[in-house]
Amino acid sequence: MQINMILNGKKITDEINPDLLLIDFVRNHGCYSVKRGCETSNCGLCTVFMDGKPVLSCSVLAARADGHVVDTLEGLQEEAAEFGAFIADQGADQCGFCNPGMVMNAIALFREHPCPSDEEIKEYLAGNLCRCSGYEGQLRAIHAFMEYKKQGGTV
Amino acid sequence: MKVVGKPIRKKDAMALVTGKPVYMDDVAPKDCLIVKVLRSPHANALVKTIRIDRAKKVEGIEAVYTWEDVPNQRFTMAGQTYPEPSPYDRLILDRHVRYVGDPVAIVAGENDACVDKALKLIKVEYEVLPAILDFHKSKDNALLVHPEENWEAKCPVGADNQRNLCACGYDSMGDIDAVFEDCDVVVEETYHTLANQQAMMETFRTTCYMDAYGRLNVLSSTQIVFHLRRILSEALGTSKSKIRVVKPRIGGGFGAKQSAVAEIYPAFVTWKTGKPSKMIFTREESQIASSPRHEMEVSVRVGANQDGKIRAIDVYTLSNTGAYGEHGPTTVGLSGHKSIPLYGSLESFRFAYDVVYTNTMSAGAYRGYGATQGIFAVESAVSQLAAKLGMDPVELRMKNMVREGQVMPAYYGETTRSCALDRCMMRAKEMIGWDEKYPCRDMGNGKVRSVGVSMAMQGSGISGVDVGSATIKLNEDGIYTLLIGAADMGTGCDTILSQMAAECLDCTIDDIIVGGADTDTSPYDSGSYASSTTYVTGRAVEIACEKLKEKICQRASQMMDCSVEGLEFDGHVVKDLESKKSVTLQEIGTSSMCGNECALQVTETHSSPVSPPPFMVGMVEIELDKETGHVEILDYVAVVDCGTVINPNLARVQVEGGLVQGIGMALYENIQYTQKGQMMNQSFMQYKVPTRLDMGKLRVEFEPSYEPTGPFGAKSIGEIVINTPSPAIAHAIYNATGLWFRELPITSEKIAMGLLEK
Repeated sequence: MQINMILNGKKITDEINPDLLLIDFVRNHGCYSVKRGCETSNCGLCTVFMDGKPVLSCSVLAARADGHVVDTLEGLQEEAAEFGAFIADQGADQCGFCNPGMVMNAIALFREHPCPSDEEIKEYLAGNLCRCSGYEGQLRAIHAFMEYKKQGGTV
Repeated sequence: MKVVGKPIRKKDAMALVTGKPVYMDDVAPKDCLIVKVLRSPHANALVKTIRIDRAKKVEGIEAVYTWEDVPNQRFTMAGQTYPEPSPYDRLILDRHVRYVGDPVAIVAGENDACVDKALKLIKVEYEVLPAILDFHKSKDNALLVHPEENWEAKCPVGADNQRNLCACGYDSMGDIDAVFEDCDVVVEETYHTLANQQAMMETFRTTCYMDAYGRLNVLSSTQIVFHLRRILSEALGTSKSKIRVVKPRIGGGFGAKQSAVAEIYPAFVTWKTGKPSKMIFTREESQIASSPRHEMEVSVRVGANQDGKIRAIDVYTLSNTGAYGEHGPTTVGLSGHKSIPLYGSLESFRFAYDVVYTNTMSAGAYRGYGATQGIFAVESAVSQLAAKLGMDPVELRMKNMVREGQVMPAYYGETTRSCALDRCMMRAKEMIGWDEKYPCRDMGNGKVRSVGVSMAMQGSGISGVDVGSATIKLNEDGIYTLLIGAADMGTGCDTILSQMAAECLDCTIDDIIVGGADTDTSPYDSGSYASSTTYVTGRAVEIACEKLKEKICQRASQMMDCSVEGLEFDGHVVKDLESKKSVTLQEIGTSSMCGNECALQVTETHSSPVSPPPFMVGMVEIELDKETGHVEILDYVAVVDCGTVINPNLARVQVEGGLVQGIGMALYENIQYTQKGQMMNQSFMQYKVPTRLDMGKLRVEFEPSYEPTGPFGAKSIGEIVINTPSPAIAHAIYNATGLWFRELPITSEKIAMGLLEK
């Protein structure tokens, strides 16, 4: 079947099998930041935006994205680098494999709640597993990032 | 120090946080064959017949292999220094399948769909055999997991396949029975830990292709490039010169990738077909057919005087290596050798063990490597001893803990040359407010808050075995290239080794280009495991850089026509103190590329006769709901002595990550088998890895000692950090409920049931 979508700002048309998952579709289109960590919607590594809202691309058929706008970290490089630098400054990136999904979801969090409380942060990102960092460094990074934003984006 | 001890960003950090394609599946050849395996549904069976004709006819299928196609030469998947202590008990595919998930056939095809279809069309007739699923029943059972004649143990580890023994052993000091006879108080208990999964976010995966020289290139998510080359050459029955192994960025290892879990199948396919291939384990495969922690049952006896002097510790460990012996003979040793020595003035100790085969998934290496299991048991028993003596468990430990300068008979007779365990304990006690909070406070709402404590140790590499190497060279523009064979699996060793090089060479970390690991270009390194990289490879970096500095000065002396003796190198220029002449590093580097016969490159190799233990104390405050048994971690305090801290950020995150992994082991991560030997916890739905909602505050501090044999005084950090949560949390639960839980995980259900029965 044929689908159309706007992937990272680019209009694309593709012929796909109806059972193709969105994660495999975007990876086939060079969006390698999108990772598969489980097959059961438990890890959050495959988080992408569909019409600006975070979804697990392992649990969305590519066909469902027909006519929609899909963004991956490849399309959000500036935001990723701006926020990611704070993760890096804590050494909380570690193996990095869960980072893209977590960074995507963190960007979504800040869009929804510019000044989230710790509870809101933990709740919002609860579906993003990380086996390396113990989460504490990510939380420190988020605090530092919020402080930086409060100061008008300058350190 | 200018660079060591600084919280420098990982050199690869920005690539990782912005999602750059740096992992195996991001860079695998696009046209490669997809490799999958058909797995046994039986825990113990013989393949009577296997029909692959229909599978082979599926469009897009390149090859289907069965036991008849592979060499009948046994090997081990364990990444260890040759000769491996792990028995040679595997074939690539075996007619005898020994656990649910054991590979029966390899299928390679153009895409996932055709391979999946072919897998379904393979018809296997099994002769199903009775299985040994209970590891208590394995030793000397008439049923043998490895009856085959070409099973082989290359090292004298007490292995005997005719007794289902992967290893057995014994170590002792003093007359243990006489000392126990004379003790006022004895605690004797048995503890049980499960085959927990490392559950690194990136599952096992490998891609292979043939290069222009007709060599098999293996790009794998591995901690052990050099061991892997040897393992593959043994399994394929080909020469090591025909194989190259490279690692890209790795999505976590924790020891899982210290075994060749995925590599052999795509390697076999590419070796046979000449075509590129890749194999990516599903999460389910990673859960059911990989290399988890060894399930252990640890029996402990601790004897003491009424005044709290601990006089003897007796440990017996029964370890379940599963269907194959990867890391079986070695992990078990740590359960005694890295738990008993926490207590410094024992009159006697005894440590005995058996490691048995069963028809469950093979175990492997997992952060802590047996020490985690042993420390859970010994530390729990010591806390119980404190309760029995009516003594504060912190005071009991202060009275008995190992101190700097003490000989540790149960730790291969090594002396602690650096030990701040006492300072760790005092600081942790202060941080958590032990005196105010011990043992518990009833909150009056059905909830109790309580505290628990545990000490821990580990090693820093395998003494006399592990080899670390570093090549450092000067380039023409005054920057350096550092080549290592250690594997950065997210831990940041590329960065901390660069920090050490920059410190030695008086430059910034940006002046160091780092690369590794590649069996063709990296100097030999055992690999990143056993908490060895900082301590062993780090020292190699330090030595190599010192030698390179000498070479730089030699070249400068030729350039300036003066003697080497009066030269001084400050990182930028070499100055002749007498003539005041100088040359810059750039000039030296450039001159080395014209009319020069002396390479400005050094490779140094290091191995240590000792393995200095890092030490730590963990203290936890929990809130326990007496009705539901739910345990909430309110505060976890960890104070660590890892010697000199090379990078405080990366060290801190190692600790925090290890604590949360340990909390998962203590409270959530369950492994359950059906009566047919099928593992039930085969996805992240059933195997609960802690989320950020499951942990409270984590507070980490360092109490550095100085280890004279380590680089800049450093010891290890990577593994020790997983060892305190299980005993500390079990202790806190006891302080809240009066109940000891000696089997992990301590689920809410177990606590609630325990309280009901009380």
